[in-house]
Amino acid sequence: MSMNIHEYQAKQLFKNYNVKTLEGVVATNASEAANACKTLGGNIWVVKAQVHAGGRGKGGGIILCKTTDEVYEAADKLIGSNLVTPQTTSDGVMVRKVYVEEGCDIAKELYLGIVLDRERDLPVVMASVEGGVEIEEIAIKEPEKILKVYADPITGIGNWQARKIAFGLGLEGKQISSCCKFIISLYELFMKLDCSIVEINPLVVTSDDDIIALDAKINFDSSALFRHADIEKLRDLDEEEPLESQATKAGLNYIKLDGDIGCMVNGAGLAMSTMDIIKLHGGEPANFLDVGGGATADQVSEGFRIILSDPEVKAIFVNIFGGIMRCDFIAEGIITAAKEIELDVPLIVRLAGTNVDLGKKMLSESGLDLITADDMDRGARKSVNAIGGKS
Amino acid sequence: MSIWLNSKSKVIVQGITGKNGQFHTEQMLDYGTKVIGGVTPGKGGQETLGVPIWNTVNEAADNGANVSCIFVPPPFAADAIMESADAGVELIVAITEGIPALDMVKVKKYLEPIETRLIGPNCPGLITPGESKVGIMPGHIHRKGDVGIISRSGTLTYEAVNQVTEKGLGQSTCVGIGGDPVNGTDFIDCLEAFENDPQTKSMIMIGEIGGTAEELASEYVKEYVTKPIVGFIAGRTAPPGKRMGHAGAIISGGKGTAREKMRAMERAGIHVTDNPAKLGDTLEEII
Repeated sequence: MSMNIHEYQAKQLFKNYNVKTLEGVVATNASEAANACKTLGGNIWVVKAQVHAGGRGKGGGIILCKTTDEVYEAADKLIGSNLVTPQTTSDGVMVRKVYVEEGCDIAKELYLGIVLDRERDLPVVMASVEGGVEIEEIAIKEPEKILKVYADPITGIGNWQARKIAFGLGLEGKQISSCCKFIISLYELFMKLDCSIVEINPLVVTSDDDIIALDAKINFDSSALFRHADIEKLRDLDEEEPLESQATKAGLNYIKLDGDIGCMVNGAGLAMSTMDIIKLHGGEPANFLDVGGGATADQVSEGFRIILSDPEVKAIFVNIFGGIMRCDFIAEGIITAAKEIELDVPLIVRLAGTNVDLGKKMLSESGLDLITADDMDRGARKSVNAIGGKS
Repeated sequence: MSIWLNSKSKVIVQGITGKNGQFHTEQMLDYGTKVIGGVTPGKGGQETLGVPIWNTVNEAADNGANVSCIFVPPPFAADAIMESADAGVELIVAITEGIPALDMVKVKKYLEPIETRLIGPNCPGLITPGESKVGIMPGHIHRKGDVGIISRSGTLTYEAVNQVTEKGLGQSTCVGIGGDPVNGTDFIDCLEAFENDPQTKSMIMIGEIGGTAEELASEYVKEYVTKPIVGFIAGRTAPPGKRMGHAGAIISGGKGTAREKMRAMERAGIHVTDNPAKLGDTLEEII
């Protein structure tokens, strides 16, 4: 998994690593935003909605202002509203904060990003002269327009590699050394903070030859957060699906989807396949839920609670292939959960693997009203049938 | 024959005194795996489950260890892998889930000049039925046979194994390569080994969304593999931008979709099924 932060937080981290950004102030209401103009000085400001979703510009979440009154109005309009961007659902996401930033004279818009390349297992620095647009589109249509240099995990990014990018982007004079310094600082941040993505789109060249990050996106590798307590503090739970956060706390891996058949599965691959097979038989999965390899009865109960918190759920399919996970633990979890929470939807259970006979026996002796299935194909069919779908 | 693991393999467990290490060492011993000892720094000289504990992998290697199974917690796992590689262990199986990706980048770089094979991390391990199991898979569902199984997922591998066994067939070796974006042995390594293994007559290859490993493997199959293969890709219904449990299972920037991967497999002559419950049936049809 990875953890996302806001632009204003990313820019603070940029400053710590000498990656050039503009001055800005974060505001939670319109008056604070208007006051920021005084703090920042100048005569042009940009008010930017702070949400994790990308595509804010297209959604009207970035507003250029020439007076303090305009800043006030822009902040007033954005804060408390739902911003719809190409990357959000049609309901959009609630804007709770804005970032008021000083303006700058833009001569050129570029793209710069660092990600982990999965084919070479190395961090790769990517740059393009096509800044400000969807980089994914360029990657597909005109891959030759993306410059790439691979970092060596021991020696890092060399000046020569940074120069290759700077010249490749058509920069000249003083811009070259600014760009090299920028890239090397950004790489240092990427490595030191265990990032999975650092992306600047656009990166701008100003009229006085400075190189500045106009936007900032950072994703962190969740597996490395144990050594970055300060980064973990930047997590904004308001930006996360509440059921997903609740699941994370319980040590479960849950992702909400749009369908109506809830799924509880052990193992990520089997969980994905369970979603697939439901769809194959004409149903729609309501979620991805991996209870993991060593789930306890309590975790299983919590899993049921989370699935049932989704009002769309009309049936639950439990698909367990016991390896480390013993089927009797799952059975115990189901029985406990059924006692504690009102299970008012059909429950379809398929158990296989370690201690399967014991698990099945416990379920049949519990007197619970459930539908059993011997394999995942039958289980998926029965789940679809249970809600009156075709199969 | 089998690939990489057999009854002669001498296995040690790094992290043998931890909860998972203890439990699975016992399971491996029960299965008949030749576990000759374990490594826990500071506990050298003690014994557990009837086998000796050493402080370093070097001591274990001096006692004949050529396979290491790693249960060391994530913050220390990369270090454990490099220790084994340095000690000359031939096969390193990293079960640990949640190793930071950039730690693995450094490990891969470190392993480059060394003659060692890393499987995982975040994987169920590998098993040669009837001979040896190194990992966490339930041994009893396996049966000796001629089907080679390769998978990025754990429980989905068990599903495939079980279907093969229920058909009255068996497995030569099953390898779980793991669900992390940066891992050791990949599909191509396994395909090559199975192609060259006389015991293996057919294969099942289970991929999932994210990355391009399946596409690259398909190219390889087209060129070099003559044995029949059944293929499956998990995550056809996964929405883009959401990580499906495994750190590596994510569709991003329009890449890594199940559709693309299935197409690539079909073009390579792999018999792709869209139903994970029909892996055994599909295999039966083609052999």
